[in-house]
Amino acid sequence: MATRYVMSIDQGTTSTRCIIFDQQGRLVSVTQREHRQHFPQPGWVEHDAVEIWRNLERIAPEALKQAGVGLEQVAAIGIANQRETTLVWDRHTGAPLRRAIVWQDTRTTALVDELAARPEASMVQKRCGLPLATYFSAPRIRWLLDDVPGLRERAERGEVLFGTMESWLIWNLTGGPDGGLHLTDVTNASRTLLMDLTTLEWDDDLLDFFGVPRAMLPQIRPSTETYGVARTVLPGVRIGAALGDQQAALFGQTCFAPGEAKCTYGTGSFLLLNTGKDPVRSTHGLLTTVGYQVGAEPAVYALEAPIAVTGALVQWFRDGLGLINSAPEIETLAKTVDDNGGCYIVPAFAGLFAPHWRSEARGVIVGLTSYITKGHLARAVLEATAWQTREVVDAMNADSGLDLRVLKVDGGMTADNLLMQCIADVLDVPVVRPMVAETVSLGAAYAAGLAVGYWPDLEGLRRNWHRAAQWLPSMDPARRESEYDNWRRAVERTFGWLQPRR
Amino acid sequence: MPGPVQSIQRGAAILRLLARSSGKLGVGEIATSLGLPRGTAHGLLRTLQLVGFVEQDSATGKYQLGAALLHLGTSYLDVNELRSRAINWADALAARSCESVKIGTVLDGQVLVVHHVFRPDDTLQTLDVGSLMPMHATALGKVLLAFDSGAGAALGNGPLEAYTRRTIVAPKDLTRSLAGIREVGWAAQVEEMTVGEAGIAAPIRGHGGLVVGAIGISGAVERICDAKGQPNTALVTFVRDAARAVSRDLGAARW
Repeated sequence: MATRYVMSIDQGTTSTRCIIFDQQGRLVSVTQREHRQHFPQPGWVEHDAVEIWRNLERIAPEALKQAGVGLEQVAAIGIANQRETTLVWDRHTGAPLRRAIVWQDTRTTALVDELAARPEASMVQKRCGLPLATYFSAPRIRWLLDDVPGLRERAERGEVLFGTMESWLIWNLTGGPDGGLHLTDVTNASRTLLMDLTTLEWDDDLLDFFGVPRAMLPQIRPSTETYGVARTVLPGVRIGAALGDQQAALFGQTCFAPGEAKCTYGTGSFLLLNTGKDPVRSTHGLLTTVGYQVGAEPAVYALEAPIAVTGALVQWFRDGLGLINSAPEIETLAKTVDDNGGCYIVPAFAGLFAPHWRSEARGVIVGLTSYITKGHLARAVLEATAWQTREVVDAMNADSGLDLRVLKVDGGMTADNLLMQCIADVLDVPVVRPMVAETVSLGAAYAAGLAVGYWPDLEGLRRNWHRAAQWLPSMDPARRESEYDNWRRAVERTFGWLQPRR
Repeated sequence: MPGPVQSIQRGAAILRLLARSSGKLGVGEIATSLGLPRGTAHGLLRTLQLVGFVEQDSATGKYQLGAALLHLGTSYLDVNELRSRAINWADALAARSCESVKIGTVLDGQVLVVHHVFRPDDTLQTLDVGSLMPMHATALGKVLLAFDSGAGAALGNGPLEAYTRRTIVAPKDLTRSLAGIREVGWAAQVEEMTVGEAGIAAPIRGHGGLVVGAIGISGAVERICDAKGQPNTALVTFVRDAARAVSRDLGAARW
């Protein structure tokens, strides 16, 4: 019998990627295509969902070709996706009504303020585990319903459908207007503000609160389950999993036991801690979310700390300031000096996420003297990611009552050695990178393979995890404390910068 | 002897023209100045852009000399960028070979380790990134010596340092060994650096086939070599496949 493989689709913020994995979880081929970022107004970020679908149509067959693998050799497809990005499309034509509103988009700020002022607003976090914020999908759906004439009526009649990107791809893969399946998984649904975190169902009170008609919502399903069979692009292949990208990374890092945590370093960074079968309510500014649900088993919950700007700061250093030609060169530049020279950069570009949640904060560079060179700035850029990690790890330790012993890391920034050493230094715990840095894709593949019996169980997956690199803390404790103190003082200087319009 | 290559002459003329002009030039201006058809000038410019010798302004579409020309003498690929581009393939090589993987570049006559992936057996190992190794006694180093004619200059003409009794110390022997490496496209070392250890490496190529680094595995000699003490052919294939995959990502066409 021919060797069989699993394909993952990672529909991310900047690109869509297809990766084929073998049974040992090893990467066999990768194809990728970027899509355009649309910024029609300050604070608005949009993606063309049709462009994203066309990209998938192109790269999925390419990945098979590159690997020399036939369709019949693909055991299943797993999907991981950028979360909270909101799309509404026409059930009969398949055409999106507007471009997708991306998770970074802050157009719903005024709407969220208005909703938060209502007396029932306190119910939101209790029911869904998330604070009422522009970050999540429900206010975006509401914004579209208010903005597009006649949309609400059509939504109530079920003529238009809402979905995050996994719903859009699954619907198109399974036939689109011609009988496409309209569904989402628990992890993605847990990011809408519309799902009850304990029943894992859409909640009528939340739907009323946001004014979202139930008829437009997808069906909520487990993260791993054979949802159906693709009818186009990869015809005949089973679709076995969907997870939000960060939950997929948690799965790919095989953080299957309570207390295990991973941090994915990309444009933004996301620390997730497995908290087991019961949701842990945060009192330190973290999010309570669904980690994954394997078939009919009970859901596993997670505490999540999103950090808005990490890799994006390096991109700004490259594109906005032009001080480097490529992102990895930040390390070369940072190594031209021995320390930050007293300079700190707090990248509150669109406010601060966890654990502060200050939407009025804006970025600062502090400690500037004539001594500071671009090398010091480069170091401050990398250290910003390390200290932001420290802040959320402290919050997580406080919420969970556990002390993080080791941090599993993944994502593009793990190629930056200096940064990884710096994170180990400021956390004072070992930082470990697994053999497959593409854990988002691997997690989606693992989940899909599990659904179709390609991998037997979670323990089998755990045996595929191997350490590829490890950085041990080597910072003087007194220096760590004084640097942390400086960082905290720098953070305080970002607060309250944006003032309400008079 | 064949005559001069026309497209290189024309490319050089474009670079001279851009160097002489005070501002950026459009493709039309360049074509007119050199008396070339517009399409020909465009094709030449696109190739020059690909190798980094010219840059195009995204707003105006006009051309100027590229930053790569300023760094012609030094390394044109940042080592941290090399790691970032190679990381997936280095992981895959470690997973397939079950050995540790290193990527090296030349630094002052030595091999600088720019990336290191642990042997996937979860034993205690330390990260060697940033450390230096001798060129003549390692597989990575021999690959770099074989494919970068400048790299050998630092070794001098005298006898080389012996680390074990199998280290190649006579410059004449090293020259012969390097010729063999160029012929087969990969290198091995068997107990030349440390008794009981062996390694296999292959070149990583960038645009135009220029060697920018080497990737290889190393480990216990009984795992790397077969019963006759020859490098295991399956492992050689894994290493060469990984080197080709990284090279392809870096834009080397045929590798």
